[in-house]
Amino acid sequence: MKPLSSWLLHPAAKPLVFLLCLAPLASLVWGVVANTLGANPAEALIRGLGDWTLRLLCLTLAITPLRQALGLPALARWRRMLGLFAFFYGCLHLLAYAWLDMGLDLGEIARDIAKRPFILMGFLAWALMIPLAATSFNRAIRALGGARWQALHRLVYVLVLIGLAHFIWLRAGKNNFAEPAVYGVVLALLLGWRLRRRLSKTG
Amino acid sequence: MYFHPERFPRIATSDITPRSLYEGRRDWLKLMAGGALAGLGLDPAQANLAAVKSAVPGALTMEKPTSRKDATSYNNFYEFGTDKAEPAQRAHTLKTSPWSVAVEGEIAKPGVYDLDSLLKLSPMEERIYRLRCVEGWSMVIPWIGYSLAELIKKVEPTSKAKFVEFVTLADKAQMPGLRSGVLDWPYVEGLRIDEAMHPLTLLGFGMYGDVMPKQNGAPVRLVVPWKYGFKSAKSLVKIRFVEKQPVSSWTRVLPQEYGFYSNVNPQVDHPRWSQATERRIGDDGLLAKRRPTLMFNGYEAQVGQLYAGMDLKRNF
Repeated sequence: MKPLSSWLLHPAAKPLVFLLCLAPLASLVWGVVANTLGANPAEALIRGLGDWTLRLLCLTLAITPLRQALGLPALARWRRMLGLFAFFYGCLHLLAYAWLDMGLDLGEIARDIAKRPFILMGFLAWALMIPLAATSFNRAIRALGGARWQALHRLVYVLVLIGLAHFIWLRAGKNNFAEPAVYGVVLALLLGWRLRRRLSKTG
Repeated sequence: MYFHPERFPRIATSDITPRSLYEGRRDWLKLMAGGALAGLGLDPAQANLAAVKSAVPGALTMEKPTSRKDATSYNNFYEFGTDKAEPAQRAHTLKTSPWSVAVEGEIAKPGVYDLDSLLKLSPMEERIYRLRCVEGWSMVIPWIGYSLAELIKKVEPTSKAKFVEFVTLADKAQMPGLRSGVLDWPYVEGLRIDEAMHPLTLLGFGMYGDVMPKQNGAPVRLVVPWKYGFKSAKSLVKIRFVEKQPVSSWTRVLPQEYGFYSNVNPQVDHPRWSQATERRIGDDGLLAKRRPTLMFNGYEAQVGQLYAGMDLKRNF
C-alpha cells in the first residue's frame, strides 16, 4: 500500500480538496432551491456561511500542526487554498447579511456596524482577511520577502479570535455557548501548539 | 377629528388575504371537522378544536396567516432544545393528559383546574395575531382560546394582586432541553395585572383550527400579541397572583437585554437584533425586504393606554 504522503501528492488530490471546499456552498444553494432550509432560509444561509468561514479558518490553521505532527510536508500545498476558501466563505457570509438582512442599503449597513458590537467584530475579522488574501499569490510573497510576508500573515491568529468573539457575542444574546465553546477548544489547541513551539525555541 | 397615522398602521394590499383564500380555508376547516381527518391521512393528533371568530377589537388581523408548517417547525421552546427545528422533532415526549393548572396567590378563589374545566370555562374564539420574536422575525398565527381575563374574573384577585406570574412545566423526563444550562428552569414569565386583564391577552388552547401542537406549547399557553414572543409562556402549570413584580426567566440571565415589559418597540434596540425591522416568515421569498416593525406590534390603538406616561426606553 502506498503511504499517505504519496496519496496527498496525487494529481487529483488538490482538485478533490477544492471540490470538497465547495460542497458546503453547494448544499446551502441546494437548500435554497429545494426549500429545505426551514422556515427562515435567509437566516439559515447567513449562519451556515458564517459557520463554514470559521471552520475553514480552523482547517487552515490545522495544516501546519498536522504537517509537522504527522510528518506530511505535502499538506502544505493546501494551506493557501484553504485560507482563500475561508476568505471566500467570509465574503459570502458578509454579502448574505448585507443583502438578505440589510437589503444592500450601504448607509443602513454602516449604521448597523457602528451600532451592534457583534456585527463590528464580524466585519473587522472579514476586513483583516483582505490583506492576507491580497498577498496570497507567489509574486506577492516574493515582493514582500518571506519574513515580512510571514509577519503579515500572523494576522490570521488575531482575526480568527475576533471571528470567534463575533460568534460568542451573537450567542451571548441567548446565553448559549455550547457551539462557540467547541471552536474555542479547537482554536486553543491550534494556537496553543504554536505558542508552545515558540516558547521551546526561544527558551 | 385628528387620527394619528401611527395609531392606524397602513396595511399593504399584499397582506390582505383574498376572499377566495380565506373562504377556502373555512371550507377546509369544516371538512376537517366533518371527520375527514383520517381519510386524508392526516395526523390524528391534530384534533379539531371548534371556535367562533373573536369580537375583541384588534383580534382578527387581515394579514395572511403563516403556513401551519412554518409555524409548527420553527419554534423557540428551549425545554426541547435551543435549535428552532428541535421542538418539532422532540416535543412528542410531552404528556399533555392528564394536565392541570394551579391558580393561586392573592385571589379569593384559589384552585387547581384540570384541562377539561379550563377548556369549558369560556367559549373558544379564533384570533389571528401577529407574533413578533425578539430575534427579528415575525409570523401571523390563527390561535384558538379565550381572554385570560375570563379566568382572572372567576378567581377574584384581591387588591394585593398587582402582577401575575406564569410558571411552565419543567420535567426532565419529558423535556430533554432541561439538561442545558441556558436558563434556570422552570421557565417563568410575568405580566402586570392590567396587562393580564387586557382582552387581547389570550389563554391559548389551539391554533389553525386544531388543539395546540406540542411544540407550540400544548396544552395551554399564554399569547400576548403586543410583546416579544418569549413573554408568551408555553405549557402552563401555574398562574400565581403576586404583589411584587416577578422576574422573568430571560431577565434573570440577561437583565440588560430582556426587560420585564418587552413590548414590541421599533425605537428601543436590542444589542443583537435590530428591532426596527422584521422578517416575515413564509412565502415572501429569500430576497423579500424586511418590514418595518410597528409600535406594540401594531396593537398600539388597543394597548397604548396601558403605558401612558411611561418611559418605554427605561421600561424596556
